[in-house]
Order: sequence, then C-alpha cells, then structure tokens
Amino acid sequence: MEILKCASAGTLESSDAYVEIEPASGEVSVSLESVVEKQFGDKIKAAINDVLCEYNVKSASVRVIDRGALECVIRARVETAILRAKGK
Amino acid sequence: MLFLPGNNPNMLINAASLMADAVIFDLEDAVSPAEKDAARILVRNTMKYTDLSVCEVIVRINSVDTPYWKDDINVILPQKPSLILLPKTATARDVRIVSDYMSEVELREGMEIGTVGIMPLIETALGVENAFSIASEERVRALFLGGEDLTADLQCKRTKEGKEIEYARTRLVVAARAAGVDVYDTPFTDVNDDEGIVTDTAFAKSLGFSGKASISPRHIEVINEIFSPTASEIDYAYEVIDAIQLAKAQGKGAISLRGKMIDAPIVARAERTIAMAAALGMARED
Amino acid sequence: MNKTVKSIREAIELSGLKSGMTVSFHHHLRNGDYVLNMVMDEISALGIRDINVNASSLFDVHMPLIEHIKSGTVTEIATDYISSGLGKHFSKGIMEKPIEFRTHGGRPTDIALGRTPIDVAFIAAPTADTMGNCSGKYGKSACGSLGYAFADAMYAKKVVVITDNLVSYPMQDWSISENFVDYVVSVDSIGDPKGIVSGTTKITRDPVGLVMASHAAKVIEASGLLKDGFSFQTGAGGASLAVAKFLKDIMLREKIEGSFGLGGITGYMVDMLQAGCFRNLLDVQCFDLSAVESLRNDPRHMEISSLQYASVLGRSAAVDSLDVVILGATEIDTDFNVNVHTDSNGYIMGGSGGHSDTAAGAKLSMIIAPMFRARLPIVTDRVNCISTPGKDIDVLVTQGGIAVNPRREELRKKLSEAGLPIIDIHDLKEKTEKITGTPTKLVKGDKVVANIIGREGDLLDRIYNVTD
Repeated sequence: MEILKCASAGTLESSDAYVEIEPASGEVSVSLESVVEKQFGDKIKAAINDVLCEYNVKSASVRVIDRGALECVIRARVETAILRAKGK
Repeated sequence: MLFLPGNNPNMLINAASLMADAVIFDLEDAVSPAEKDAARILVRNTMKYTDLSVCEVIVRINSVDTPYWKDDINVILPQKPSLILLPKTATARDVRIVSDYMSEVELREGMEIGTVGIMPLIETALGVENAFSIASEERVRALFLGGEDLTADLQCKRTKEGKEIEYARTRLVVAARAAGVDVYDTPFTDVNDDEGIVTDTAFAKSLGFSGKASISPRHIEVINEIFSPTASEIDYAYEVIDAIQLAKAQGKGAISLRGKMIDAPIVARAERTIAMAAALGMARED
Repeated sequence: MNKTVKSIREAIELSGLKSGMTVSFHHHLRNGDYVLNMVMDEISALGIRDINVNASSLFDVHMPLIEHIKSGTVTEIATDYISSGLGKHFSKGIMEKPIEFRTHGGRPTDIALGRTPIDVAFIAAPTADTMGNCSGKYGKSACGSLGYAFADAMYAKKVVVITDNLVSYPMQDWSISENFVDYVVSVDSIGDPKGIVSGTTKITRDPVGLVMASHAAKVIEASGLLKDGFSFQTGAGGASLAVAKFLKDIMLREKIEGSFGLGGITGYMVDMLQAGCFRNLLDVQCFDLSAVESLRNDPRHMEISSLQYASVLGRSAAVDSLDVVILGATEIDTDFNVNVHTDSNGYIMGGSGGHSDTAAGAKLSMIIAPMFRARLPIVTDRVNCISTPGKDIDVLVTQGGIAVNPRREELRKKLSEAGLPIIDIHDLKEKTEKITGTPTKLVKGDKVVANIIGREGDLLDRIYNVTD
C-alpha cells in the first residue's frame, strides 16, 4: 500500500500509543519513543514492522510515541494510521 | 453486561477482569465520528489478541442510518462476537437489512450463516411499538431496552424512578417472551447512587427481564446478585424436581409440595433456576 | 529567658552548627515546605560544608538540595522517602556516599539510639509560642499532626522551631513542648498551603481500581478480622480509598464498631470515624484539610509520634495492634518481596515510609495493585530492590486474582472458602505476561546510590545507579 499523505492515529494517554506516518522516498524508517523502551523496545519495533509488512508499505516515515500500550493496541494504531494515509 | 468505550485502550484491555458476564464494546455513542475507524480496529485487535473467554463479547455497532455500520460488520464479524447490538432498531426491516449483510460477510469469511446473533437496541417509540415483530426476526437472540434515547424520543424527562419507561419495559418483556427470546434492561446511569441501582435492578427482575446492562463496574456486583437465584430459591427448585421424580417413580399423577399443586410452569421455572445456578457454580453436587 | 531569635541565620549560628554535622527536618508540609530550603540556603551562605541531612521525607519542592550537593554543602542524606523528580538525580549517582533509606519507624529508633545522632533539628511549626511550645493544628500553614518531628525534638542536641504564626506564651493545646526547644524563629511563611494538604482525593472511578477494591474488601471480610474492635490503615490512593468506602458500607450494614484507624489520615478515615466505624483515629500525618480539621476539633482523633506509630524501640507501637493494612507496590516478586523505592526503570521515586512497619505489625498486610501498569507486569521473579521483605506480606490483590503468601495457608483456605478468585503468584505472573509480553530485565549500574535499612536496623537491600 502506498502512503500518499501524512496521517496520525492514537493518543498520548497511558496505555495508548500515538502514531504518525508520512510519505518518504524509497524506504521505511521507524522511530520509537516509549516509556517501556528498555523492557519492550525490540518487541514494539517488531510489531510495528509486522503491520507495515502486512500492508506492504514500501516507503514511509513512521514515528511512534508509546505510553505503555499493549501490542494489540500498538498494532491497531499503526494500522489505522496506514489506512488513513492511503488517501481516497 | 458492561459497556466499554471502543476507543479507550485502557478499558478494553481490562475487559476480562471486570467481573461482568458480558462486555459490550461500544463503537457507537462512545466514539466520535472522526475515530470510528480507529475504534473498530482497536476493538477487533482486542478481540483477536486478548483472552476474553471468561465473558461473552457483544459489540455495539453504528445504526443503519449511518455510513459506518457495514464497515463495523466487515471488521468485527470475523472475530465472532456472541452478539451484535444494533442501536436504534425501529422496525423488523432494520434487523433484516443488517442480518442479510451479516450473512454475506459470514459466507465470505467461511463462517456458518447465523453464527453471530443480533440484539436489537430498542430506544425509539417506533421500536417499542414494533417490539414483537423485531423480536420475531430469525437472527434476534434478545431485546435490549435503551432508556436514555427512548425518553428523548418520547419527549419526556428520564428520571431515576423510571415511571416514564414503565410501559416500554413491560411491553418489551411481553414481546420478547412472546417471541421466545431474552430481554435486557437499560443501564442505571447514576454511578454514585448505591441505593438507586438496587431498587432499579430489583424492579427489572420483578418485571421479568433476563438481566440488566451497566455503565459502571460498581453496578455489576449488585446486578449479578439480584439476578442470581437465592439459596432458598435453588433449594426449592431442587425440592420440586425431587418431588416430581418421586411422583413419577410412584406412578402418581398430580403432586403437591408445601401444600401447593406442582404444575408444568412451576417445574419449568425450577428447571430454569437450576440451570442458572449451574451456570453460576451454585448447583448442588450430585 | 528569651528563646526568640531574629532570623534563621542567627539560630544556626547560635546552635553551633559546624561543617560535618547533621541537621534534621520533618515532612508534614510535604510538597509545600519552604523550611528545608530556607535553612539549607543559610547554611550554605554561612560556608558550612559536609552536612548530613536527615529528613523524614524529601519532595520535589526540595530541588535546590541538588545544588547544595554539587557545591559540597551536603554530602550525606538519610530519609524515608524521596519523590520522583529528586530521585532521578540521586539515581544518576550525584552523591559520593549512598543515601540511607529508613522506615518511618526505623528513623526515630536510630535517632533515639544515637545511631544517627542529630546536631540541630529544625521544626517547621504552623503555630508556636515564644518558648517553643508548638503545634501543627493551628495557623495559616496548618498541617495537622507533627508526628514525625517528635523524635527530632526529643533527641537532637539543639532544636530550632521555625513558625509563621508566633503567639504569646503559653499556646493552648501544643504537640511538642518547650522542654526540648532551644530557639524560636518567626518567618513570613513556612510553606505553601496548596502543597501542604491536598483537597479531598476522590475514590477511583477506574473500573480496574473498583474491581480490586471490591476484592480487597471481601478479603478483609473473609479473613475474620472484620468484627468489633477492628483496626485499619490505608493509603491515600484512589483504589485504597475505594476499599475504605466499601469497608465502611459493610461495617455500617453489619453494625461493626472498630477500635482505631491509623497512619497518614485522610478525609475518608475521618468519615469512617464520624459514621461510627472507629472509636478513634491515631494520626502521625494529615493528608487533607478535613483530617487537619478533625484532629483540631475531635478529641477522638489523636496525634501520635512516629515512635509510637511504628518504632521497635518501645515496649509496643500502634502498628503492633493493627489488624489490617492496605499498601501499594511498584513491583512484587514471587517471594512477595515488595518494591516501593524505584520505578520500572530503576529510578528512585518513593520509599518505605510506613510500608514495612505496618506490614510487619498488622495481622493482615495486603498489597493492592493492578496486574500491570503501562504494560509492565506487577509480579516479577525478583524485585529491583526490596523495600518490604516478603515474609511480612500476606496477600496481593489484583484485578486478575488474589495471591496469598504460602506462609499464610490458613488465610488462603478462608478466602477460597469464601469463593474469592485465588491464584498462585507464579500463575498470576504467567497470566499477566500472556497479556503484556515478557519484559527484558533491567541492567543495573555498578554504583550503590542508596542503602535500604530495615525497621530493625538491618541492611535490606541496595539501590544501584541507572545508566542510559
């Protein structure tokens, strides 16, 4: 899926995550800021990449601010952001 | 049955711990139009990735007069909720439209047609008047009364005493029982009125409701307690069944217990009480 | 005889404070306290160095302390609690010598025994007379009880009372008597009332908190302790207050008259006193205005010193008569050891306070905590540091089940018979990690930044620095 415009999803509340996605040329970059970075940083990044793969996103810049969200929540927020960025 | 807002991760992820028999993930009133897409996906993921086996899962989708309800069904149905709560159901046709679309999705997903039931939320005057024909639709498993929207439609004030919805309550119970489905009462909305919830719940039980919804976990315990059979009710139910079995063994026809004739409705009630006791882990061990 | 002096500086000079000595403070003014900063600024200005600060608690309002540490004015700290803003600095290892953490009972014990002698105690007093009789019940900066300041006053070599409400001798209804006081200083303000006492904390509306509170109330009921003469302590958190509310309902319904409520006192405990749930309140610290008012007006509501509250030194302490205490935790391990000192990343953000004292004394000590906070499971294999040893913790209440310490088999049976959702603590850990995932273990630094000293003076554990 092609990322055509900037989009965001989620909130900065506890147990949620805020995701921003924007178009980029030729690569996928993911930046993560998390209150549980030390404990779950790798797992969170893997989950984000997994959803990007599922939607076959080839080029995008993704920024995630995680407030201790469970993996299913992070996945939902990333997916929502991707769907919002595909344009209509 | 406990309502949980569909776009609030903190609430959703704790759904299994809130001691409710059923949780209702709400995609309708609790979610703003701009977040409908986000809530839908969040609820789907909660159902997909967390263990909700301890309670029934019901999802309140958006009503048929909105642009959201089809997407709600597309995303939610494959997760097999036990029921879809359909708001603002006013006619049997509303149910049929949604049911037909659910069949399409079930077919597409390789699910058996009719896997997921519908619980119409009756919250308009028209809905109340059409209650029996709505309840008679094939996919309908239960009716659900929504007091807040109904009083707005009736152009009256919603009060704690609930005189204004008494007709709707009795009408729904009669319609649901006539159609052979369950019926659930509207939530009591003042979370700080500890006595009001008891009175309101006891009244709902006395009318014949199968259960009651709640917007606060504080109310769950009260509701469960009032709707659970008491120890003496369970004891009596067993006495009835024992007496029947004894009578059968002795080849007697009419029997009486505690000076009262035991007829078919009493036996049926005793059987329901024992079934409910069993569901609550209160059944006799033998 | 004249004890009043013109300024804090004059009091310090008269007290004979020299480099290398120990000064002490109490924390009833909490995050509104001006006194510690005013005194330390003067000490620094006088060029005195190497000071050991012994404070019953330190809050973020005391941030200027960090500068005094960097400049060498302060080189040692002993306390019972450090809030998170200050804690971050300490966890980065800004001090040479480790901080000494004690309990609210252990601190006065060690002061009285001379293990931590105090040269000059500074007592922030909302009202004092010219000879130093003082109280926290009156005045514009009223904070209620002065419980933690008694040991300082009784055992310090010199005692300075600092007040913003100086009255003529003798004041009525004092807490700390003139016997102990050397100097009295009048200042414009000892604190910001907004930071001293909070408004009433509301009971939680969070569904998880309510489920936990409901479990907790049922555990207390099923324990058999909830009968006439019942005594109880709880914290000021939303879920703890919800337990108090549920208990109050049960006690009124069953017409149970308890004996006393203990500890830091909130408006909810005052409500329970007034409703007849308790005969008395024993108050070492007031958390809100309604507690202050009750302590001032209701003779059933009594001030106690931290010595009487929780010290092992006397023949008995109030915690020894306590039936039930409800406590929090940032982590608890499968041996029931509890951490309330550091956060999930290892930074200092709290302290024992009365945690281990009440846990040791109470017949039933209960931890109430959610299964996980912000994805981090509450139950771990081994806590980052031990604040209260597992042998003193009887039960952990979470929304996902109730874990009973195997040492309390008879309690587990009672709760199980009452139909409560009992779960083995190892299973609870597993159940939680199924939801959150298994966290990667934190890597500790190699420098000890604090020692945790148990209520009987034993070294319980060490806290290490945090590296990024």
